[in-house]
Amino acid sequence: MRLQLNKLFLVLSVLSALIGLGFLAWILITLFVQGLSSLHFNLFLNDLVDGGLRNLIVGQLVLAFFAGAVGIPLGMVAGIYIREYGRGKYAELIRDLSDIMMSAPSIVIGAFVYAIAVIPFGGANGFAGVLALAIMMIPIIINTTDSMLSLVPKELREAGIALGASKYRVILDIVIKAAKVGIMTGILLAFARIAGETAPLLFTSETSNYFSLDLTQSFPSLTVSIYNLANEPEQSSRDLAWAASFILTFMVLIINLTGRFITRNKK
Amino acid sequence: MEKLFQKISFTSATLVLVLLLGIFTTLFLSAKPAIDEFGFNFITDKRWNQEVPLTQTQTDSQADAVVEEDNTQSDVDDEDDMIADEDDMILDEDDEDSQAATKTVYGGLVPIVGTLLSTIIALAFALPVAMGIAVFLAEIAPKKIATFVGGAIELLAAIPSIIFGMWGLYYFAPIIAEAFGGYQVSLLTAGLVLGVMILPFMAAVTRDSMNTTPDVLKESAYALGATKFEVVKDVIFPYSKVGIIGSIILALGRALGETMAVAFLIGAVYSLPEKITDPTISIPVAMAVNFGEASGLGESALFYLGLILFILSFAIISFAKFYFLKRVKS
Repeated sequence: MRLQLNKLFLVLSVLSALIGLGFLAWILITLFVQGLSSLHFNLFLNDLVDGGLRNLIVGQLVLAFFAGAVGIPLGMVAGIYIREYGRGKYAELIRDLSDIMMSAPSIVIGAFVYAIAVIPFGGANGFAGVLALAIMMIPIIINTTDSMLSLVPKELREAGIALGASKYRVILDIVIKAAKVGIMTGILLAFARIAGETAPLLFTSETSNYFSLDLTQSFPSLTVSIYNLANEPEQSSRDLAWAASFILTFMVLIINLTGRFITRNKK
Repeated sequence: MEKLFQKISFTSATLVLVLLLGIFTTLFLSAKPAIDEFGFNFITDKRWNQEVPLTQTQTDSQADAVVEEDNTQSDVDDEDDMIADEDDMILDEDDEDSQAATKTVYGGLVPIVGTLLSTIIALAFALPVAMGIAVFLAEIAPKKIATFVGGAIELLAAIPSIIFGMWGLYYFAPIIAEAFGGYQVSLLTAGLVLGVMILPFMAAVTRDSMNTTPDVLKESAYALGATKFEVVKDVIFPYSKVGIIGSIILALGRALGETMAVAFLIGAVYSLPEKITDPTISIPVAMAVNFGEASGLGESALFYLGLILFILSFAIISFAKFYFLKRVKS
């Protein structure tokens, strides 16, 4: 009886793992089949208005890069504060709040940015999209910086201080260097995550059918356009949406895997 | 220089606090007109964007009941739902012409119920599977296989949510609709796709909790002749219970606010679901779908919904963090 129960338990557990793998395979195969069949080289040369995706891919990357340019330094410095400078309750509070913010609904962040950066300027603009993504990115970066710095042994810091270096020199030249790989991985994972976000962009940057690098106007976004295209009745729009989804997932997974590859090699 | 750097880092850290307060205040201020107008009744009112004669609502609550009854009746006519709704709208417009004084009523009940129900369905599906995966990764699989499967599950977590939505709509929903009957866009399909989406997150955090069990405890149990099932049930689970429950609540908090996977599948119809296979709407989807064309009171009502969602997920996530996960650390 005990052994049979155990067997049943093992079977159920393995079955769960297979279900998980099955869903992953199902989604990836769907993406490959649908995506590759509608993928053309021309998609990378034309803009959406001519049935291509060039402006959307560039737009999405521009949004994510600018969000990273704002969010990565801010998040890193805030993470350094929590781990290196902060003492007691306040640092603890910020750490908790940042953890909570990491799980905050992304659509709410979109609504917040809509209220402060879209309504006052009279319409969707790229800056608002960048702001929304940056707000999503900051807590993720804080979290990784914080936990990666916690892995750096105390002796390294003490050695630096003993040599007469000031605290910020120790942090920037020794501690950050020691935690470099982990932080890089965290940044790549965070970048991969926000690059695939849709909800915060829906009513902040919206999307555009034309090529644009002007952040003061509504800005082309791959994810928002996928949402629009997938909801259109024509088969051609849906095919385009699948091709775009394939490209998006491919980009996101490559960045994600690169990040994890770096840490694995280090170990 | 030292002082300057310290100042900068302090300011950046404080930014988190400022942002959170800012989000809360902004949502509250933007929702203020709707809060003033509807108060807490907003939460229990199932009408959304309905023209109601002004005199009726103010003097006679009986009239409200009649309007609501009308509504439920049109819901019952499942097949003709859309058509009936259109008729309603046309009727409403007629009303507006005959009686000049009307006002538009917004109530949040339908999206709130839709959010909670879809999350519960997601949880009911994801919980057992995630537990199974976590046990498999932590205890059953040989190290190489565990690394591979664990990596694959994390890969699933990295897929953007909009992909889950599209795959769900075109590939998953038809199968579910075939099996359970009803519409392809429904509470059930939305909840299940949401479940697939939170599965990897839940499995990963549960596995991490299980891995905190000291090897000595497990080995002693095995030495006494316990089976794997008994070790998991009597050693690992009691030891990591608090962490596991915390992780589950955390996953629930995330599921509440998910937009894109649900937006494709829930149907975006403002009607209370009578069956699990009926279409309805959730808070994030209501915001995603209606924000673009909303203005005035309607926009404010959407902010009100956003505020409710924000408070709800904030409360759930901090409950998980402080009540459960904090105890694990100490």
